[in-house]
Amino acid sequence: MAQVEAELHPQAEAAPKPQGYWSGVIRRLAGDKVAMACLIVIALLILSAVFAPWLGLADPYRGSMIARLKPIGTEGHILGTDEQGRDMLARLIYGGRLTLFIGLMPVVFAFFIGSALGIAAGYVGGMTNTIIMRVVDVFFAFPSVLLAIAISGALGAGITNSLVSLTIVFIPPVTRVAEAVTSGVRSLDYIDAARASGAGALTVIRVHVIGNVLSPIFVYATSLTSVCMILAAGLSFLGIGVRPPEPEWGLMLNTLRAAIYVDPWLAALPGVMIFATSLCLNLLSDGLRSAMNVRD
Amino acid sequence: MSATDMPTRTKAPLLSVRELKKHFPIRGGILGRQQAVVQAVDGVSFEVAAGETLGIVGESGCGKSTTAKLLIGLTQMDDGDIVLDGQRLGPDLSLKALRRDIQMVFQDSYASLNPRMTIADSVAFGARVQGLDDPQGRAHRLMARVGLDPDRFGGRYPHELSGGQRQRVNIARALAMSPKVVVLDEAVSALDKSVEAQVLNLLADLREEFGLTYIFISHDLNVVRYISDRILVMYLGEVVEVAPVDNIWETPAHPYTRSLFSAMPSMDPDNRTTKPPLSGDPPNPIDPPSGCRFHTRCPMASEVCKRKHPVLGRMAQGSPHWVACHLHDPASGHPKAVEEAPA
Amino acid sequence: MLSYFLRRLILVLPVAFGVSVVCFMLVQIAPGDPLTAIMPVDATAEQQAAMRAAYGLDKPVPVQYLIWIANLLQGDMGRSIATGRPVAGEVFGAVGNSLLLAFSAAIIAFPIGTFLGFLAGYFRDTIMDRAVTAISIAGVSVPNYWLGIVLVIIFSVNLGWLPSMGAGPGGSQDWHWDWTHIRHLILPAVTLAVVPIGIVARTVRALAGDILSMDFVQALYAKGMSRGDVLRHVARNAAATALSVMGLQLGYLLGGSILIETVFNWPGSGFLLSNAIFQRDLPLLQGTILILAMFFVAMNLIVDVAQAAIDPRIKRS
Repeated sequence: MAQVEAELHPQAEAAPKPQGYWSGVIRRLAGDKVAMACLIVIALLILSAVFAPWLGLADPYRGSMIARLKPIGTEGHILGTDEQGRDMLARLIYGGRLTLFIGLMPVVFAFFIGSALGIAAGYVGGMTNTIIMRVVDVFFAFPSVLLAIAISGALGAGITNSLVSLTIVFIPPVTRVAEAVTSGVRSLDYIDAARASGAGALTVIRVHVIGNVLSPIFVYATSLTSVCMILAAGLSFLGIGVRPPEPEWGLMLNTLRAAIYVDPWLAALPGVMIFATSLCLNLLSDGLRSAMNVRD
Repeated sequence: MSATDMPTRTKAPLLSVRELKKHFPIRGGILGRQQAVVQAVDGVSFEVAAGETLGIVGESGCGKSTTAKLLIGLTQMDDGDIVLDGQRLGPDLSLKALRRDIQMVFQDSYASLNPRMTIADSVAFGARVQGLDDPQGRAHRLMARVGLDPDRFGGRYPHELSGGQRQRVNIARALAMSPKVVVLDEAVSALDKSVEAQVLNLLADLREEFGLTYIFISHDLNVVRYISDRILVMYLGEVVEVAPVDNIWETPAHPYTRSLFSAMPSMDPDNRTTKPPLSGDPPNPIDPPSGCRFHTRCPMASEVCKRKHPVLGRMAQGSPHWVACHLHDPASGHPKAVEEAPA
Repeated sequence: MLSYFLRRLILVLPVAFGVSVVCFMLVQIAPGDPLTAIMPVDATAEQQAAMRAAYGLDKPVPVQYLIWIANLLQGDMGRSIATGRPVAGEVFGAVGNSLLLAFSAAIIAFPIGTFLGFLAGYFRDTIMDRAVTAISIAGVSVPNYWLGIVLVIIFSVNLGWLPSMGAGPGGSQDWHWDWTHIRHLILPAVTLAVVPIGIVARTVRALAGDILSMDFVQALYAKGMSRGDVLRHVARNAAATALSVMGLQLGYLLGGSILIETVFNWPGSGFLLSNAIFQRDLPLLQGTILILAMFFVAMNLIVDVAQAAIDPRIKRS
């Protein structure tokens, strides 16, 4: 045993204190100034959207025929009013509710559904894999914008329909990434070792696969949020997303288009919100990717 | 060869493997049709007695590792029987039960541990799955037994350990199931020489202490000789020779075994061979040579070797030394058969 | 090479089949009776049944699909509910305009994106690299329908330099290769080019950076090769990947132009599509989606084959 000790000791002294993977990720992310700034912006957007009713804002639905299209900086309407005289600040903040909800939830749904499909395909392999991945290939044959508009166009306008169509759009890419990552993990010896201990497929997946595949899938999913935001607002912009008079950035951009000759900068405001949000989502996703050392 | 007359040295084998077969289809072409078959393992039979260590040697690609994976059902066999302690896999014995009694240690110590799981959890996982009592306690006792202080190492992750330490963890993990047989697939091959020796000693100690039976797969003949009681030589998915370690070391019977041994560097200057070691790569297992699979590289090959497939048989009546070569079968028709065969 | 092409072609067939099923399903998932738009409000039950039979809607769904696909293979995509004209004619006219827009955007985007990406990759970790990275992130983050509006505000409303609507004077829908028409093309093409500029720049930056750091580049320098020659080698190595990204982007441009076409009233497939959606003209919607998706499938095939022609390693895998 003396020899054994000789082998253990230098390692033991040098070995770092046991620490979780996530604490390292959070530490690296916290050191990334750009990502933190974006995180703060997104957090503020979400918080203001959630707590909009308690912020002392004007009623986002009440218009005024005499106060239409007031310019930015008007007394009582700091960001002006829209084509029906509704307060822009209130509508932009309330608009964050639906825009962020429809812009982010499809990725959340697609993350769960796509991960489940991809992990099943990657772990089970064989016929299951072939069937799932060939169906995914078919959906990949549609550019995402086209697919979203096709499904939403067929289903008609509405919040639920937008959620459904965007979820369908983002399931295939998530599934493809999940399948690739899972196939990689599946071929590692520790999966064989776990199977060799008599564990069933579900136990092996739950204990040994999910923890090792979820973070790359998660990082990939965060990179989809920006596109999803833009698409969600785009559907409303086309008139096949949220229905008026709900405040939603894409829909606001659409209804204000007629006003570009009257007050162009007011008309562009909802788009600034979409752009800022999607930019922050992209930068945050990039920051997360480097903090988690995921290579694409 | 009849099922009752198997290459073994004891009457009641713990593990007996009969006519194990695994062919991997190669798909390709436009419609992904089956184009060819890799005969990874083709009719392998052997027996292992309780407490014995069987070494399996052969070049890479000869089917050693596939045999190991077939033994615990990680790869599904196409044909054959596995009988453990008199119980046949399938009718008498479930795969889950088999996997408790046969455990495996892999070559890559890092890849065989879940990077997101602590050492103690990895060791305890199998026992937990099999519903054995006190998995955590077992894990701690076994970690201590393989030389890793459970209090200091239990909460660590695999990347925080050295290769030797990780392989100790893998051994502890295999033992946590209280197995009867442990398959060691190149388990020490990736380790430094000094660490390898320590782990080999540990394995030898554990074998005595827990009454284990080992199947020790390696390409390193010196290591296999050190730890094994008997050695089985594989070539292109087939068994070509099985014998107790001293027999095979002193009188290797199969020309392949001889060239394998002569390729080994010897420490004894008088014992160095001048014969050329085995040249070239083994033939493609997709389309193995006819007759004796070794005839394309065999210095002793004759016409009969191309035609007739040699059967594994005893060197002599009652001998524990088995070989599959026409040279040792006086009835084979090989011109040199009679003079080569021992009386 | 030919056998590789044939092999890929055969692999494309099941995808094309799947695409046709999805397009067929679009009408099935649509709420409401597809005939309500054309059926008289006071139609009797017998009249309704006769109409259903005439359109084959009384048959089981798989049979309806087979009838639909059989007609499709003969070039019959049904009739537009809104205009009564054959869908095929409407779609192909519009797709031509969309292709014009997509190719114009590609001609703007690919050289600029490649140039920016190469600068960033070559001068990695300099101010140049950071500037290009910022541009490409902004490019992929911008909602291009909004960017289109902003460009209209600047160049049409404020400066009055360029028209903002249609493909020709007075909202004309007929295209001619003259300056009055090309003026109409500039704003939508530039708008559409922004996202691919970002994506191409990002891809080329990564490729150039990776390849420049590879061993063989050091070996070329060590051999005494000049900077320009090394650059040529690097460019050829990156070409296959860059080409595939650009090919896919061209496909995305075609599909992604829908929103831009709406902003600029460009008489392309996207414009047609949004009209079809607005008027619940399902056959037209179905036909347009099908043609656009098939273009994308074909584009993928061409990219794959071209990539294999440039980089022989791909054929073997």
